Amino acid sequence: MTPFTYSRASDTASAVQFGAMAQAKYLGGGTNLVDLLRETIEQPSSLIDVTGLSSAITPTADGGLLIGAAAKNTALAEHRLVLSHYPMLTRSIVAGASAQIRNMATVGGNILQRTRCAYFYDTEGSRCNKRSLGQGCDAIDGFNRNHAILGASSSCVATHPSDMCVALAALDALVHLQGPTGARVIPLVDLHLLPDNDPGKETVLLPGELITAIELPSPLVGGRSTYRKVRDRASYAFALVSVAAILAVEDGKVTGVRLAFGGVAPKPWRAKKAENALLGAPATEATFRKAAEAELAHATPLSGNGFKVELAIRTVAALMTSLAGDQS
Amino acid sequence: MSAVSNAGHPGTAVGLAANQWGQGDNPDPLIRHKHGLVGTSVSRIDGPLKVQGKATFAAEFVKEGLTYAALAFSTIAKGRIETLDTSAAEAAPGVVLVMTYKNAPRMKPMPLFMTAEKAAGGDNLPIMQDDRVHWNGQPIALVLAETQEQADFASSLVHATFKAEPSVTNFKEAKRRGTKTGEFGGGPLKLEIGDAEAALTQVPVSIDAQYSTPRHSHNAIEPHAATVAWDGDALLVHDASQAVVHTAWSLSSVFGIDESQVHVTSPYVGGGFGSKTLWQHQVLGAAASKLAGRPVRITLSREGVYRMVGGRSQTEQRVALGADKDGRLKAIIHTGVVAMSHQNALPEPFILATRGAYAADAFKLHVEVAQMDMLANTFMRAPGEAVGTFGLECALDELADKLGIDPVEIRILNEPDKHPTEGKPFSSRNIVEAWRTGAQRFGWAKRNAKPGSVRQGEWLIGMGCATGTYPYYRMPGGAARITLRKDGHARVEIAAHEMGMGTATAHSQVTADRLGLPLDQVTFGYGDSKMPGAVLAGGSQQSASIGAAIVAAQHALFAQLLILAGNASPLAGLRPEEVGGFNGGLVALADLARSESYASIMGRAGRDEIVVQEDAPPPMELQNWSMHSYGAMFCEARVNAVTGETRISRFLGSFDCGRILNAKTAASQFRGGIIMGLGLALMEETQFDERNGRIMNPSLAEYHVPAHMDVPEIDVIWNDIPDPHTPMGAHGIGEIGITGTAAAVANAVFNATGKRVRDLPLTLDKLM
Ligand SMILES: Cc1cc2nc3c(=O)[nH]c(=O)nc-3n(C[C@H](O)[C@H](O)[C@H](O)COP(=O)(O)OP(=O)(O)OC[C@H]3O[C@@H](n4cnc5c(N)ncnc54)[C@H](O)[C@@H]3O)c2cc1C
Ligand code: SF4
Repeated sequence: MTPFTYSRASDTASAVQFGAMAQAKYLGGGTNLVDLLRETIEQPSSLIDVTGLSSAITPTADGGLLIGAAAKNTALAEHRLVLSHYPMLTRSIVAGASAQIRNMATVGGNILQRTRCAYFYDTEGSRCNKRSLGQGCDAIDGFNRNHAILGASSSCVATHPSDMCVALAALDALVHLQGPTGARVIPLVDLHLLPDNDPGKETVLLPGELITAIELPSPLVGGRSTYRKVRDRASYAFALVSVAAILAVEDGKVTGVRLAFGGVAPKPWRAKKAENALLGAPATEATFRKAAEAELAHATPLSGNGFKVELAIRTVAALMTSLAGDQS
Repeated sequence: MSAVSNAGHPGTAVGLAANQWGQGDNPDPLIRHKHGLVGTSVSRIDGPLKVQGKATFAAEFVKEGLTYAALAFSTIAKGRIETLDTSAAEAAPGVVLVMTYKNAPRMKPMPLFMTAEKAAGGDNLPIMQDDRVHWNGQPIALVLAETQEQADFASSLVHATFKAEPSVTNFKEAKRRGTKTGEFGGGPLKLEIGDAEAALTQVPVSIDAQYSTPRHSHNAIEPHAATVAWDGDALLVHDASQAVVHTAWSLSSVFGIDESQVHVTSPYVGGGFGSKTLWQHQVLGAAASKLAGRPVRITLSREGVYRMVGGRSQTEQRVALGADKDGRLKAIIHTGVVAMSHQNALPEPFILATRGAYAADAFKLHVEVAQMDMLANTFMRAPGEAVGTFGLECALDELADKLGIDPVEIRILNEPDKHPTEGKPFSSRNIVEAWRTGAQRFGWAKRNAKPGSVRQGEWLIGMGCATGTYPYYRMPGGAARITLRKDGHARVEIAAHEMGMGTATAHSQVTADRLGLPLDQVTFGYGDSKMPGAVLAGGSQQSASIGAAIVAAQHALFAQLLILAGNASPLAGLRPEEVGGFNGGLVALADLARSESYASIMGRAGRDEIVVQEDAPPPMELQNWSMHSYGAMFCEARVNAVTGETRISRFLGSFDCGRILNAKTAASQFRGGIIMGLGLALMEETQFDERNGRIMNPSLAEYHVPAHMDVPEIDVIWNDIPDPHTPMGAHGIGEIGITGTAAAVANAVFNATGKRVRDLPLTLDKLM
């Protein structure tokens, strides 16, 4: 761990003021950042603790929810309005990490957690373009079971590991940002970047920009939703494939659908192609499967993760079929 | 009478056990003692200390002027260190010194484990003596600082460049370069009886299949650690050890000092499983302490354990079984190749269980070794049996399926009446009974023999079984000291180990019963190289070794007591064999009215305490008998038809392991072994990057062991039939639980799905 200074922000303005300084980093629960400090992957000279900023979870005027970025993962998962209006979000959060980690982790930190690629973590012994552009990527021909089949590039094939973000992507969540030059609101699905030629650049955040809140629009009318995570052990493992789905069916036809994948791409993956294929189509297992196939038609599996293509298709088909079944 | 009622049921005295084992027909009288402490559920003596944080582990000893160590590791598999820049590290805050091959004191390599009586070294390489690199992850620099954080930071500032040489880090390539027969326990891992290959072609039914198991890394909850201090030429090491005397002797050899100058203690160990022997970190810690002239604490990070403490190596096994139409085995072939480093001597001996599991006419067993440039592999819970039973017991399941015979019945059908390859009689083998009671309790009769026929929603459900087995061992070197005080308190001392198994508790129970004392009048001292004996906590042999040593010392104790008792005592004229421990004293076995308390005997003799020390007799029982423990393992698995995810819903281990000394700690050992076996079956795998020999998942986040939700209710039962040829009638039970478990899981998965997975771990992609 490289030495750094630590300060605790008492309000957003001062946080951003400090955050705008070079080599500064915001600190949430630290469950990811502290590991990265220990591995010397991150070497900030100052940490600004933002856990004292808003963690409030409040209804919005148009029937949605505004969630302060400092809200703990556990608090969000257990919130009454989340349980009743966005149960999929609860499911996705409790599917992640461990109870202890979720008690520490913040919503802001969860969104900005970095990949679990083993070569990224191995600062001493492995090459990684994300850590150091131009080094090469040891994962592409190495252990890549956990890596991406969608949206990757020849420079990086890492996945974004968050479960919560997959649900947020399906929920059309918005991210409220505050930067040195002002505030803005962007859709969560536009926050993370695909690696292209510069995998070190993971988000559209400007230097010093702080996540202040997440906003959920009102739930889809008539929609049923759920989250399913497929992994190598029953708990405390990252997703090989996860699926967040919201489905509304009327008269056997799909009238509304939002679908997102985790564990398969460098960012929470909103499956727009599949959604387009489904809208208005009959709510049958065959169409669900076909829609998933459409989304994965351009998948580029690696040596160790080819199974993810079929796994994702099957998981979508089974999940959507059960959601449709719930409504018939 | 209060003292006696503490000790359990009054009224029986335990006579002396014969101070020899496996000869004649005189089982330990403790076997017949049914109302004492032995066998009961006594909670671990060390439990309250541990939950209060009061048990001092190796990395918790406080020393004045203590410094903290951190290591930097190589990143190539083989070659030389070309440049090693330590200037930034040396200049970092709090740094006391940086040690590399350039300034490390001269030391001899560690004596390699099993190559000498008290050798404990995990490898036999020079340690920081030159610029050579032998594996990816070898320590190349040690930073000593005033705090652990300063040491950790400074170690990240050590900059090395390497000159790589051609290396073999690919298993295929290693095999291509040629294999040799593995050696284990002084002999080749090769055995042929009859012509098994020919027999295989002549039988009506056979199967011939390839199985593989991956590398495994050690993950004891307590990472390896030592607190080290020199006093002149005397070395004190507070270690996390399952071999204190071996470690002391080996360190004396490394530093060229007398064995008596090294003192190793290890009062508490957070799990060992074969890994808590001597690795380079203790040597490096001691060397740095010498250089700095200050005490050193060296605690391996979790990554450090992966990089420099060996694990189980990978195996590729061929199992071919031939049987007649009734399912009687005619030929058993179990051959294959394992990876091994150049600097160690343990080829994963996967044929050990196969030598004695089933009767057959012809055998062909052979372990070949392919050498690789890698971290020395080592012992891990049931080396050999844990992975060997996977191949053998899956193959037998395949054969049963082909024959249409119930998997339990085919095992019973092939039960040998003497050891099938050694010809010795069994000292105690009641596995058939374990199978019957296990099958009954598990509800095996409800199993549907047709694979893939039981389904609940998305979940396919199946049952499988397998035999577990592990030898009874007792190594030479046992010795014990008993100090009996006038107030009737006995202290036993023996250089043995408590790694959480319950050793101290179980042997306090045994001692209390033997001496006729309540449990709270017995203390068990262990974990100190200055104590008598050289008792390895490995090979599940510690219990027998301690048991025999205590009996030997007890002989001396009773003899002395009777001399002190003299003619004025009701015991006058009795010989040691004629008395027993009872009610805080000795009693004539033939006449319970003739007794005298320890207090009275010693009081009259004017003695405050009696100290005796004796060596255990050699393990003759092993010469005369085939001695093994057994387990009938039953598993119910659920496999998701959509995703291939496997979840274990029920598990039962039905054990035949001699007499159980403490029901509670034994159940824990069995369950722990089974849980580790579930990990072996479903998820454990060291990701060894074959391009450069680097371990890529050196953390518990990425190296999967079972989480709570992966572990179902595990039922364990035992038949408690004593082995008449062992101390206490007991067998060691630390390793048996992991054996057979992976095969039971794979066989249950086959029954659930109809899919035969022969390559561990059983991850979902193999079942989709
Ligand atoms: C062993 C383990 C297993 C795990 N398993 C899972 C899993 O299965 N699924 C899963 O989804 N996650 C998993 N996680 C990851 C966990 O969810 C994240 O570590 C956690 O959500 C991060 O939150 P935090 O508040 O601790 O973030 P921190 O570690 O404090 O910060 C993470 C990043 O976010 C930045 N940051 C924090 N807050 C803000 C803000 N308000 N504005 C701008 N930037 C900010 C920090 O600068 C840092 O870059 C696991 C973690 C561990 C250690
Ligand atoms: S996949 Fe990305 S993060 Fe992993 S090694 Fe390659 S470049 Fe680095």
